[in-house]
Amino acid sequence: MPARLELSGITKRFPGVVANENVSFSVQPGTIHALLGENGAGKSTLVKIIYGVQRADEGTVSIDGRVVDIGSPKAARALGVAMVFQHFSLFEAMTVLENIALGMDDPPPAGALEAEVRRVLDTYGLSLDPHRDVHTLSVGERQRIEIVRALLQKPKLLIMDEPTSVLTPQEVEQLFGTLRQLADSGCSILYISHKLNEIKALCASATILRGGKVVGRCDPRAETARSMAELMIGGSLKDLSNKEACTYGPERFAVSRLSAPGEPPFGTSLKDISFSVRSGEIFGIAGVAGNGQNELLAVISGERREGVSGEIRLEGRPIERLSVSDRRRAGLASVPEERNGHAAVPGMTLTENALLSARAKKGLAAKGILRFGAAKEYASAVIKAFGVKATGPGATAGSLSGGNLQKFIMGREICQEPAVLVVSQPTWGVDAGAASFIRQSMIDLVAKGAAIVVVSQDLDELLELCDRLAVLNEGRLSEPMAVQTISVERVGLLMGGVHGAHDADADAAPRAA
Amino acid sequence: MTPELAVSILMAVVATSTPLLLAALGELVVEKAGVLNLGVEGMMLIGAVTAFIVASATGVPSLGVLAAAGAAALSSMVFGYLTLTLTANQVATGLALTIFGTGVSALLGASFVGITTGTLGLVFPAGLASDPILRVLFGHSPLVYFSLLMTLAVWWFLKKSRAGLILRAVGESDSSAHSIGYRVIGVRYLAVLFGGAMAGIAGSYYSLVLTPMWAERLTAGRGWIAIALVVFAAWRPGRLLLGAYLFGAVITFELQAKAAGWSFLAPEVLTSLPYLATILVLALISSRRASARLAAPACLGKPFRASA
Repeated sequence: MPARLELSGITKRFPGVVANENVSFSVQPGTIHALLGENGAGKSTLVKIIYGVQRADEGTVSIDGRVVDIGSPKAARALGVAMVFQHFSLFEAMTVLENIALGMDDPPPAGALEAEVRRVLDTYGLSLDPHRDVHTLSVGERQRIEIVRALLQKPKLLIMDEPTSVLTPQEVEQLFGTLRQLADSGCSILYISHKLNEIKALCASATILRGGKVVGRCDPRAETARSMAELMIGGSLKDLSNKEACTYGPERFAVSRLSAPGEPPFGTSLKDISFSVRSGEIFGIAGVAGNGQNELLAVISGERREGVSGEIRLEGRPIERLSVSDRRRAGLASVPEERNGHAAVPGMTLTENALLSARAKKGLAAKGILRFGAAKEYASAVIKAFGVKATGPGATAGSLSGGNLQKFIMGREICQEPAVLVVSQPTWGVDAGAASFIRQSMIDLVAKGAAIVVVSQDLDELLELCDRLAVLNEGRLSEPMAVQTISVERVGLLMGGVHGAHDADADAAPRAA
Repeated sequence: MTPELAVSILMAVVATSTPLLLAALGELVVEKAGVLNLGVEGMMLIGAVTAFIVASATGVPSLGVLAAAGAAALSSMVFGYLTLTLTANQVATGLALTIFGTGVSALLGASFVGITTGTLGLVFPAGLASDPILRVLFGHSPLVYFSLLMTLAVWWFLKKSRAGLILRAVGESDSSAHSIGYRVIGVRYLAVLFGGAMAGIAGSYYSLVLTPMWAERLTAGRGWIAIALVVFAAWRPGRLLLGAYLFGAVITFELQAKAAGWSFLAPEVLTSLPYLATILVLALISSRRASARLAAPACLGKPFRASA
């Protein structure tokens, strides 16, 4: 039997970079094949070529043994290729059904489509109300829309681009169940991820990309996560140094009974949040995106003070009325989730970006006049200390890769030696090498007596880094749990919004539109 | 109030509301596709002067209406090329279009000032159309019935048709629509074209129905009211109809009050009533920020560049 998908000699060049170079691999019918690689390894470009969003400069794509020319997503769909995007291509203000109709080339009338959607939902045991507006749905439910949209086309090849980055562990299990059922029925799946444990659990074969080239093929079931990670980064992975156990000092940072309205139009309000962090401790806040993480970070950093009630204490001193700059001066550093445009200004140089947040603590401005010499020195010091790959302090923030910019931003804050660091998604979209460097730098900071709050969707990261963690769901924070004795299943249930028996009942009931 | 007086007031309200409704319907479709065209006033003036010139030259007013739609649509394509193809700032380009339309209409119309031309005829037989009471139903210009049909058509198009769904999708999330495989720029060009044609027809209503003559700045800023109406209506055709007639009533009141020589309000205040009402409505709606943002197309006014 010919391979369902076969790529041979695919090369794609962009001005200045070769995104894919002579990439060849094949996927057999009914198998789940992993495409592994760090950010920037060329996975996305390759997938875009298969789905017809971009054209390869050289090489051929064959489906079921025939060489095909895929000029557009429409052509791809006609060939039986479906795709579930990493960033959902959904329309917030429209219903599930409208969204599904938009993803089809020739949808039946609304009534017939609804019947068909319900049939697919039943077949795969997925729950979803076709008449709900998308903005009222959880991330997991949104992904189901994309999956249903893809399944309605009865695809021969389904491409999943980083599908689990935003799901709870239970949602991941459910997704895997769906994918296995689909593979058993003969559909091939190309699964793109950098989460190695998931690939071990799901995939029977894998192609590993680095720098746009195929650097290895393996059977993930026969490998360890570590061996695959080393293939991905092309070197050996360093272990994080263990933290000194239980050398916690006094309470550094505390939040009590904090409430705040959500960001319009679809934000989540914060409800009565309390936690405290001691010196030498890393406190994690887990949860699926959109459950109040952005609001919490904005309230703690001081970006939002309007409508906020409750107390924030830094070393025992109330700071909830202070401005962002005053909080920085008091020793609170914060790193928001979005690197470009929030933590850093992409069009400004690293020196200027260093000035923006280190001005007060590092004396980079005096009497309203900027001291560019000192700022440049500080930026250079950060670049050196954190191994940032940049042409120098004069490089614009936007010219750095995600990982390098994140290293610079973390370095900019950590080198100010804050008493408390609050950071959201410290390693989101960052390659494995940079991620482990950033995690190590946080561990080093708490070893010097600081306290850190990490907000992350990556549960593995929190389990590795934190001493205690709590789960944020719909703006409420669960009880903190010690990481050493934690049950992943319980964290997953909390992430899914099950707080106790009462809530469990409410959640099990079908949600009406 | 006698029935005859009530009828004549209603007729006046319908007459002033119709061009607002026509222009606003066009702008509604444009904005639903995610494009903010502030050039409505300019396109209306281009339509008004073209309609007048063509109607005087040919003696056929309906040709004037068609020409108005064509000319205004053509001017909207200038806007489209600048904002959609060259991704220029939509607000600035829209303002430029209004200034351009004001100027070019004054230039073209210079030799037509003061003369009159034939007006659009009536749809229904004279027996019905001239009846002192029944004319409230049957005595309107064809464009009035057209505007009501178009309200229904736009509602149906946006709510029920697949093309309308795609248009809304493009306005809601251009990047998603693009990644699914829709032609964002193409859809937006068509929407802008429709908006231009509707603004042109609205303009022709001023020069062929309302006043049957040409004067500089004939539309007197009503294009801006049409834009405000779209926001007022929360991008819904049904509410747009209501809003247009509400504003039409305010404008009629202003004209009647001036004609009757009421002195309890200075004429300047009366003249500014519709515009004050516009500001009031926009302020009220903006104060309910969350709901207004919910109704607005999410990509309104944002340029779209297909990433490589």
